[in-house]
Amino acid sequence: MDRSLRWLVPICLVAAGLYLFWGLRAANWAFVLELRATRLAALTVVGASVGVATVLFQTVSTNRILTPSIMGFDALYVLMQTAGVAFLGISGFAALPGGPKFLLETAGLVAAALLLFGTLLGRGAQDLPRMILTGVIFGILFRSAAGFVGRLLDPNAYAVVQQASFATFSQVEPGLLPWAGLLALSAMGFALALAPRLDVLALGRRTSVPLGLAHDRLALLTLGLVAVLVASATALVGPIGFFGLIVASLAHALTERARHAALLPAAALSAVALLVGGQFLFERLLHLEGTLSIVVELAGGLFFLWLLMKGRIR
Amino acid sequence: MIELEGVGHRIDGAEILTDVTTRLPKGALTALIGPNGAGKSTLLSLIARLAPLGQGQIRVDGLDVARTPSRQLALKMAVLGQETAVGSRLRVHELVGFGRWPHHQGRRTPADAAAVEEAIAVFDLGPLADRFLDELSGGQRQRAFLAMTFAQGTDWLLLDEPLNNLDMAHARALLSRLNDLVRAGGRSVVVVMHDVNYAAAWADHILALKDGRIAAEGPPAEVLTTPILHRLYGIEMEVAEHRGRPLVLHHA
Repeated sequence: MDRSLRWLVPICLVAAGLYLFWGLRAANWAFVLELRATRLAALTVVGASVGVATVLFQTVSTNRILTPSIMGFDALYVLMQTAGVAFLGISGFAALPGGPKFLLETAGLVAAALLLFGTLLGRGAQDLPRMILTGVIFGILFRSAAGFVGRLLDPNAYAVVQQASFATFSQVEPGLLPWAGLLALSAMGFALALAPRLDVLALGRRTSVPLGLAHDRLALLTLGLVAVLVASATALVGPIGFFGLIVASLAHALTERARHAALLPAAALSAVALLVGGQFLFERLLHLEGTLSIVVELAGGLFFLWLLMKGRIR
Repeated sequence: MIELEGVGHRIDGAEILTDVTTRLPKGALTALIGPNGAGKSTLLSLIARLAPLGQGQIRVDGLDVARTPSRQLALKMAVLGQETAVGSRLRVHELVGFGRWPHHQGRRTPADAAAVEEAIAVFDLGPLADRFLDELSGGQRQRAFLAMTFAQGTDWLLLDEPLNNLDMAHARALLSRLNDLVRAGGRSVVVVMHDVNYAAAWADHILALKDGRIAAEGPPAEVLTTPILHRLYGIEMEVAEHRGRPLVLHHA
């Protein structure tokens, strides 16, 4: 086992323990504990999904700066939500059963991601600047389209949409948790089973095809997994921009070897440690609810700039 | 033997290769030469199944490239492309280790480790084995990739301009290694190169392309002649003889 995992696991456990039991009072402990456990589970699913999705995406695109979020995956999800509210109305949208709606949206995101990014990553895959530009433009397009549709809505409906378009770690959708959790877990398990092949995929098309890897098929499959993971995380807390970038870079820095069998768990665990630890710090100790997402964005944004300045983009 | 029959390729309507029919001999070092844009790299990537074959047929030792499973072909031929950008941060020995992927598919055996050791030794990478690829010079990187290709242990080696980043000493060392592989190891090597004198000195067989068609083919003494070179490159060159092989004097 990779050395990094040996101390990432205890850190996660400590963070989870603190989050669950800190300041628990005798009076209504059962109720509070249940509430906290639900949130902890949601944070874990979200963190692990974002971490694994980002590493997977960086592997497919053979670079270390792009994330699904920069390429507009989660913006696309928000756009689908907004469109749903616009076409069905608040009551119609809210009347849809949560689970099946989520599965439908996930399927939609997978299809769209394969169509858009599959063609981008396909034959012209080696043209990285064009891919980054196209992806960023798509991201902006989806965000503005969601904003535009939002403007057409009446204020009440817009409030529903707005809740879906910003990350809120303190409010998760408990109804979606089992669905998103199950889907994300199976996607992560699948990714882990693909780990040795992902190592070869990371060599890039020109090197992996001669090694006998079914590169194009694996790339599409991986993109599908990324879409599923992004959908799960976004459905639970909303889009979380630069967080994936931080975690994926952490995972690459912490693991001794660039093997996905270690990289994927390391990304998932460091994401969980950061999210749960950060949420504990801001919510319980500093009593600043809802600040974590801003801090994550700021730190992630600065980190992105730092990567740019250091010329780590190839 | 690699057999090409009526191979054609178009990119956005522009013809890159037209009706290429030839045979690349087994157990020989073949040099693929021609001016820029002649279709050399395209031809190599078609043989290597890096691009889908539009027209014609390509067989490597009887295996149809379009139909044979990719893994089976990976045990038959190793390919080194021109630009090799790697996504993950790898050490040299890890990269070389990927050459064994077609054999072990993720489950390494002692035989794979031995093959990696050998490849590292053959390409003088011992002192660099634990260095990261991004800490190496262009030429050292090139050697690491060549070692990976070598570790694949295939009958055929297809190399696209492997001499690009190498100084004279390393270029000669590489060609002499490839020559050893052909003579002693019984392997077959196809190399895309620009310097006709390397082809003159080391190749057994030359395939010259121009404008996507075969301009000339055969042993160096037959292909590297003043009229053929003029037709290929459009400049006057004198061809002398040096130790029984042609020497092209292209310095006006």
